[in-house]
Amino acid sequence: MTRGASRWRGVARSLFSRPSGAIGATLVLAHVALAVASPWIVPYDFKAISAAMILDAPSVAHWLGTDQLGRDVLTRTAMGGRQAIVVTAIATPLAVAWGGILGIWLGLAGGRLDDVLMRVVDAFLSLPWILKMLLIIVTFGAGIGVLVPTLAFFYGIPVIRIARAATHGVVARDYVLAARARGHGRPAIILREILPNVLDALMVEGAMRWSWMLLAFSSLSFLGFGVSPPTPDWGLMIADARSFMAIAPWAGLAPVVALSSLIVGINLAADALAKALGVDRAAAPVH
Amino acid sequence: MGEPPLIQVSALRVGFASRSGRVVEVLRGVDLEVRRGETVGIVGESGSGKSTLLLAAMGYLKRGLRTIEGSARFDGTDLLSLPRHELERIRGRRLALIPQNSGQSLTPNLRIEAQVAEVLRLHGTRPAGQNRERVRELLAQVRLPDPDAIARRYPHELSGGQQQRVAIAMALAGEPEALLLDEPTTGLDVTTQAHVLDLLSDLAAQLGTTMVYVSHDLGAIARVCARVAVMYGGEIVLDGDARRVLVEPAHPYARGLLASIPRLAGGALPAALEGRPPEPGGAGPGCAFADRCALAIDACRTTRPALAARPDGTLARCLRPDAVADLAPRAGARAAPDASTHDRGQALALSRLAVSYARQGLVDQLLGRPAGGPRTVDGIDLALREGEAVALVGESGSGKSTILKAIAGLVPRADGTIALGDGIALAPDVARRGPGELRAVQLVFQNPDESLNPRHDVATILAQPLGLYFGLSGEALRRRSVELLEQVRLGAHYLDRLPAQLSGGEKQRVAIARAFAAAPRVVLCDEVTSALDVSVQAAVLALLDALRRDSGTTFVFVSHDLAVVRAIADRVAVLYQGRICELGPVGAVYASPSHPYTEALMAAVLDPVPGARPRLLADDVQESAPPAQGCPFQRRCHRRVGDICATDAPPAREAGDGHVIRCHIPVEELRALQRAEAPGHGRR
Repeated sequence: MTRGASRWRGVARSLFSRPSGAIGATLVLAHVALAVASPWIVPYDFKAISAAMILDAPSVAHWLGTDQLGRDVLTRTAMGGRQAIVVTAIATPLAVAWGGILGIWLGLAGGRLDDVLMRVVDAFLSLPWILKMLLIIVTFGAGIGVLVPTLAFFYGIPVIRIARAATHGVVARDYVLAARARGHGRPAIILREILPNVLDALMVEGAMRWSWMLLAFSSLSFLGFGVSPPTPDWGLMIADARSFMAIAPWAGLAPVVALSSLIVGINLAADALAKALGVDRAAAPVH
Repeated sequence: MGEPPLIQVSALRVGFASRSGRVVEVLRGVDLEVRRGETVGIVGESGSGKSTLLLAAMGYLKRGLRTIEGSARFDGTDLLSLPRHELERIRGRRLALIPQNSGQSLTPNLRIEAQVAEVLRLHGTRPAGQNRERVRELLAQVRLPDPDAIARRYPHELSGGQQQRVAIAMALAGEPEALLLDEPTTGLDVTTQAHVLDLLSDLAAQLGTTMVYVSHDLGAIARVCARVAVMYGGEIVLDGDARRVLVEPAHPYARGLLASIPRLAGGALPAALEGRPPEPGGAGPGCAFADRCALAIDACRTTRPALAARPDGTLARCLRPDAVADLAPRAGARAAPDASTHDRGQALALSRLAVSYARQGLVDQLLGRPAGGPRTVDGIDLALREGEAVALVGESGSGKSTILKAIAGLVPRADGTIALGDGIALAPDVARRGPGELRAVQLVFQNPDESLNPRHDVATILAQPLGLYFGLSGEALRRRSVELLEQVRLGAHYLDRLPAQLSGGEKQRVAIARAFAAAPRVVLCDEVTSALDVSVQAAVLALLDALRRDSGTTFVFVSHDLAVVRAIADRVAVLYQGRICELGPVGAVYASPSHPYTEALMAAVLDPVPGARPRLLADDVQESAPPAQGCPFQRRCHRRVGDICATDAPPAREAGDGHVIRCHIPVEELRALQRAEAPGHGRR
């Protein structure tokens, strides 16, 4: 598949040649690199508490100051994305995969099943996501084993719509008709004729879902339903530092900047990816 | 020559900057002068720059294009350097454009009256109080029946031909000195096209309006224009009187182009122009046509010829114009219809085939009744012998593509049977057909851009049928794929190309190779050449004919182009509203088209002969549904005999040699009528 490889090289080149793509992708890659390498490069132990250094201002020893337990904010911020990135990086492809396959299937099959399932999807989307997720977490607990499938399930639902809409643009094409006329079965048509043509839309959608999922994960932590202390996590750190915002803004600011820079980075990169792939994101429905 | 030209394009070079920063020239130094009252046609194949030239003549360049050099003057003013507000005073008022697809250029939510009146408000020459009458006057001028009723309608309530007339009326609203037409009849049916062209040529004569007419269709140009310019590779290669350019062109490309057009009177396969036109910016230092030219000498590849005057008054861009006359007219290599197919076995039989798109209502469903209303396609009886090529001909909405889809099992049939030669009945739904039946029937679609998956390279495209029907993989798959590519005159190096990297003709060859990969018994071709340029079309037609001869495959061609059908088919079935009007050997049907509809259809065909004037027999109303009973053509027929046409289905009358005509008038009488009233009929 040399042609395919060269297309992706072209897309990557086009992605990095746009300012939004270059900035976004750099931010994302930097965050991922930091998440991987942080345990070895951070200056302090993330759970070392010190009664003598509670809410110290930034200094040479603690560049970003210390938190309410005297822990180093730089260390905790650097490591605070690890859980979020790992969980969402596993859940996003899962969400895109199941939502994408079901959406393509419905788009191709149409008929009653399509009508019924899409109304179910509508109903699901009309409920606030946080209620549905809290219900599951309260029932099953907040481990990674619960969070990953929960996020993947809920964030796959809007993907169904995107994949179905993208499929509708393809099923009417003569090459799908030609495949039907040859006698190919539905799985072969989905895999070979439709998937390559809706993959672009799904990839952009996946990037967007990733940033939404990060936000959701951090929100859960913030509410106390995600990562449990003393593991450092941005959502948790923001929640802890919230009460001291007036006297020690550094403790809250650092995780906020970290989380927003990653989300902004993903959004910028997704936007540039959409342009590089030729997918019109302005025309895509947003959920 | 005293008066300065109305439109004067001089040394115009237009281009865009490519990704690598190189300037790609779309127009490479075009000179064109149009005097007041002249009608000039610009012909060329896709990518020749003809539309860019036309738009530049009204001071417009598409996004990304810019002027490198030269000017486009209108009455002395260079429009390309004119500020926008001054352009707006000229466009629409003194210079009007009629675009190709007028149905899409009309606003769908405004009545026709409002749209025409809007142009009058902007560019009208009379007081606003008279706008109402003026709208009706304009609609009458473009020969719309009952202008009052038309003015109150919305665009979707008009047929394609009527929409095109409204666009013409809007262009005429400002009483412009010059009309620019961009493929104004492309996409219209033959009979409708003949009517619109008739109108345009009358308008030119009555109003003395200057016209510049861009088209790929030499027949349409011949009908309207007195002067013709031929474009190739972004430059004008021949410019002169239509009688000279269309009969004895002094340029090898123009000659090749003329030869590649199938003629109604001909019957032979047209001669193909080998090679492909240069991509924009791809022409070398020499003549753009040198690579495809039979007369090319070494100088042609190094020296770019200038547009020079010839003794016959035309301007030609050729280094060896005197040699052009000696170019042997290469006749197509097609023998007469194979007589030997007569004793061959049957390949495909349609019997009483009917298709209905009408939806079953709830009451019908409960009572188990079929859907009401006349069927879209009905009573199709057709038997094809092995190796035979039968064409289904008709205008849009005649049901010809529906019949193909029913054979392929993509459209449910309401009635009738479809059987392969040895009596194997084909299931109505393709999903219920066995592997052997699937393999036996293959489809080639109209537009290869649509029928080839843009994400698959050629190897993957060919691997689909080869893997599905023969289980080929690895080296065997590759070997067979290369064999197929060679069969369609493409090489092994095409295997790893994507459709976007192929030209239109190459894509269609790949689509044909994919159909032949199944080693089918019957190949269904749906307008397979209508998306291609004429010179490419000729090559694809020759390829299909050769494949048929070599493989003995049976072909069903669907086409709206009567000349193409004449060149490629053995027998022809003329369809109107999903019913067969006339069926017979190509020679017999074309020599004496007897059914009134066939007669009207044939008379409307445009051959690229200067002064040819198609006869307008039936009106150009489009019907959306067949009549409930009687003859399908009853409402438009110019030979309607009376109530019997509306009540009884016409009988099938034999005219010998399998030639069948379905009409209430006996064949002899029909022919006598034709002879009596059409003295000019001898032109065919």
